[in-house]
Amino acid sequence: MAANILKNRHVLGWLQAAPLALVLVGFLLAPIVMIVIVSFWGATEFSIYPAFLWDNYEFLFGSPVTYKVFWATFKYAFITWALTLSIGFTVAYFLAFHVRSLTVQIALFLICTIPFWTSNIIRMISWIPFLGRNGIANQTLISWGVIDEPLEWLLYSDFSVILAFVHLYTLFMVVPIFNTMMRIDKSLLEAARDNGASGFQTLVHVIVPLTKPGIMIGTIFVVTLVMGDFITVRFMSGSQRANVGRLISNDIALLQYPSAAATAVVLLCTVLIVIAILLRFVNIRKEL
Amino acid sequence: MERRPRSFYILAAFFGLFVLFLYGPILTIGILSFQGPQGGLTFPMNGVSLHWFRDLFQEQAVGDIWGAFRRSFGLGLMVMVTTVVVSVMAGLAFRKRFTGSAVLFYAAITSLVIPSILVSLGVGLIFNQLGFKIHWATSGFGSQLTWTLPFGLLIMFAVFNRFDKSYEEAARDQGATAWQTIRFVVLPIIAPSLIGVALFGFTLSYDEFARTLLTAGSYNTLPLEIFGMTTNVTTPVIYALGTLTTLFSFGIIAVFILTAVILNRRRARLGSDAGQGV
Repeated sequence: MAANILKNRHVLGWLQAAPLALVLVGFLLAPIVMIVIVSFWGATEFSIYPAFLWDNYEFLFGSPVTYKVFWATFKYAFITWALTLSIGFTVAYFLAFHVRSLTVQIALFLICTIPFWTSNIIRMISWIPFLGRNGIANQTLISWGVIDEPLEWLLYSDFSVILAFVHLYTLFMVVPIFNTMMRIDKSLLEAARDNGASGFQTLVHVIVPLTKPGIMIGTIFVVTLVMGDFITVRFMSGSQRANVGRLISNDIALLQYPSAAATAVVLLCTVLIVIAILLRFVNIRKEL
Repeated sequence: MERRPRSFYILAAFFGLFVLFLYGPILTIGILSFQGPQGGLTFPMNGVSLHWFRDLFQEQAVGDIWGAFRRSFGLGLMVMVTTVVVSVMAGLAFRKRFTGSAVLFYAAITSLVIPSILVSLGVGLIFNQLGFKIHWATSGFGSQLTWTLPFGLLIMFAVFNRFDKSYEEAARDQGATAWQTIRFVVLPIIAPSLIGVALFGFTLSYDEFARTLLTAGSYNTLPLEIFGMTTNVTTPVIYALGTLTTLFSFGIIAVFILTAVILNRRRARLGSDAGQGV
């Protein structure tokens, strides 16, 4: 009897999936539920207390800062998305279609992925000697005579925030796009050429449509990482710019957990809506 | 061989610039960490010295970075082992298309796309309200798993999508039990990919910041410690630390990649006994 139960594919599947399910229930679903609950609680200067108040949401939606900050978050996400997509697509296209040996392909691909396994914080810090007032960029531009005065907007500005985002996250575009491109049947490209398509026409009419799933997966990664970020914006803008993540982390720093939770709930809904829209265009499991 | 089109050279130059963009900054702080004792945070170099590396080894200069390093290393190993075991089990489970698998899959995707600060905040709140002690090895460990497990799972999907089922059928036909099939057929075949899962598990944990921010408790992990330094340290000592920890990461990555290469070679050499008689 016991042996028969174990042979049932559902039971065995549940047993094998149980550890994953436990972690996700304990450290993903429970925290989300907790945040939703706490978003209705009240707070004093030092503590929080259970209640059922709409105050946090009323305050959130009543404040013009909220809309400004959400707008800034979308702006960062959109600009970063456009840049990472252009750069990532070009890099992946070069690797997949212009490098001929598989070994070289793998080696160059690894060169692109290795920074992903190093510290984001260090990678952000490493821009400071470049962008600072007396940094390499300003020194070089002055010595070339392009500018007379150091540029002030290189560091601690929208420019440096987006630069850091592109630096950190382009990889999330390169990997899935490269992965889909490698699965394109090369005979399709030959067919296009035999029928008289130019290289550019092949790119636009054959490669881009076939690469769409990879582009969508990369888009999901980049958009969610940028929308949920708080540390890049804080560090690279020298605390002079804000996005939704920073709104949350500022509330946390002030121990205003209910208000942070309310903002977090709205952010989560926004991100999930964006993802739901993007997922309509791609079946992730099929594309791996 | 066909002559390369002009677009090749343009794209190759673009790729070169991209690699420079990726590695240039980290190389710069690598050089700057050898600043002389009077040197500042940017060029010009004011002499060359190991002054700032020496500073790292003096407790009072930079706080408890070695303790933080030990904690991050230990936590990385814990997360790595757990990620490999749990991902493999889940990967096997998902091949069976059990009831509820779609829900679990979407939960894993949610775990990947949810803003990290929500996990941090939620786990922190739960531990506080339940009166548990927030510690890097409990709340921090669980929070990091929500980031590493989805990656492990996605890799397992990629592996099993390419897995040739006839190996398992052959094993079964020869009388292997389900466990024997997994132990002696499936696991050896997927072993090199498991190195990849382990690499993700360790490095993502070792570098994780946002999900550990509110869940590490009173003992900081290394990224938290480094971030703390950015607000109050204004000397190249922070570059020296950045250089060392990046070198450490490179070393770890090299070990993992070499292991995968060796495993692959071994499998190619020993995997088949075709033509060797009985």
